[in-house]
Amino acid sequence: MTIQLNGEERAVAPGTTVLALLDALDVPGGARGVAVAVDAEVVPRGEWETTTLDDGARVEVLRAIQGG
Amino acid sequence: MAHATDTVTAADPLVIAGVELRSRLLLGTGGFRSLEHMAAAIEASGTALVTVALRRIDPAARGSIVDVLDAAQVRLLPNTAGCHTARDAVLTAKLAREAFGTDWVKLEVIGDDRTLLPDAPALLEAAEELVDAGFVVLPYTNDDPILARRLEDVGCAAVMPLGSPIGSGMGLLNPYNLRLIRERAGVPVVLDAGVGTTSDAALAMELGYDAVLCASAVSRADDPVAMAHAIRLGIEGGRLAYRAGRIPRRLHALASTPDDGIPAF
Repeated sequence: MTIQLNGEERAVAPGTTVLALLDALDVPGGARGVAVAVDAEVVPRGEWETTTLDDGARVEVLRAIQGG
Repeated sequence: MAHATDTVTAADPLVIAGVELRSRLLLGTGGFRSLEHMAAAIEASGTALVTVALRRIDPAARGSIVDVLDAAQVRLLPNTAGCHTARDAVLTAKLAREAFGTDWVKLEVIGDDRTLLPDAPALLEAAEELVDAGFVVLPYTNDDPILARRLEDVGCAAVMPLGSPIGSGMGLLNPYNLRLIRERAGVPVVLDAGVGTTSDAALAMELGYDAVLCASAVSRADDPVAMAHAIRLGIEGGRLAYRAGRIPRRLHALASTPDDGIPAF
């Protein structure tokens, strides 16, 4: 199946969790400064392991940068 | 370089949302050439509160800003920079709360990309929603005394009017409005945006502002560490002068040497 990851299409296996996606992106699961939204809703850190992505899900994976 | 500031004391503390901050300089982290430059400027500034932002992950990025800021022992103030709607700003603030484990947010809702001026109705809407959701909201706002009061009324923990547009370095363009905001505010007021150099920050403090937030003035200076130190001193001087009570402006001279006893030659 296909998701929209940060505005680009990406193929992932059905049943992929948010945590598995982060692992595939080399984003450490415990890292501070990382946040995930799926279909414009925040996925709390404690739910990364249990939240599975649906086909067509719009996923934003954000990290801390300098700013402001 | 680091030295104890004498402007945040038991007699004159800076308290925002019940948290005592050890410096009246809030530092933006945007614009530094490297994390090393940023860390050195943070130390020279003496700041206790720095802004951070959220953006899409970049596989090529090197180093973790969060690790550097944790090592500097500063509190984080996530911003909603780049948001143009209340909806986006609220979602970004909620993501920042997850990312950084803080419910403090520097709320920005931008109305126009050329000026980066706030969108007042959207700012107020987002502020109210975030306060209701339990956030400590520090809004970047226009130099509009009525809007500042409305933001305070909906529960913002401080108001942060701009001196001039972000990154412009034009200083305080409307000191009169900024004074009105100071006069009426019941929460801390922070001069946010427009500082170009030390005198701008000192002027804000002389007007009675509780703190100054600057980013580009430090990060884009030729020598960010030296400018961080300079603005820190300007803020300290300005605060001390405000508390000292300046003399009134007069149209004509007033001799400081007594007239009595002038000899007649």
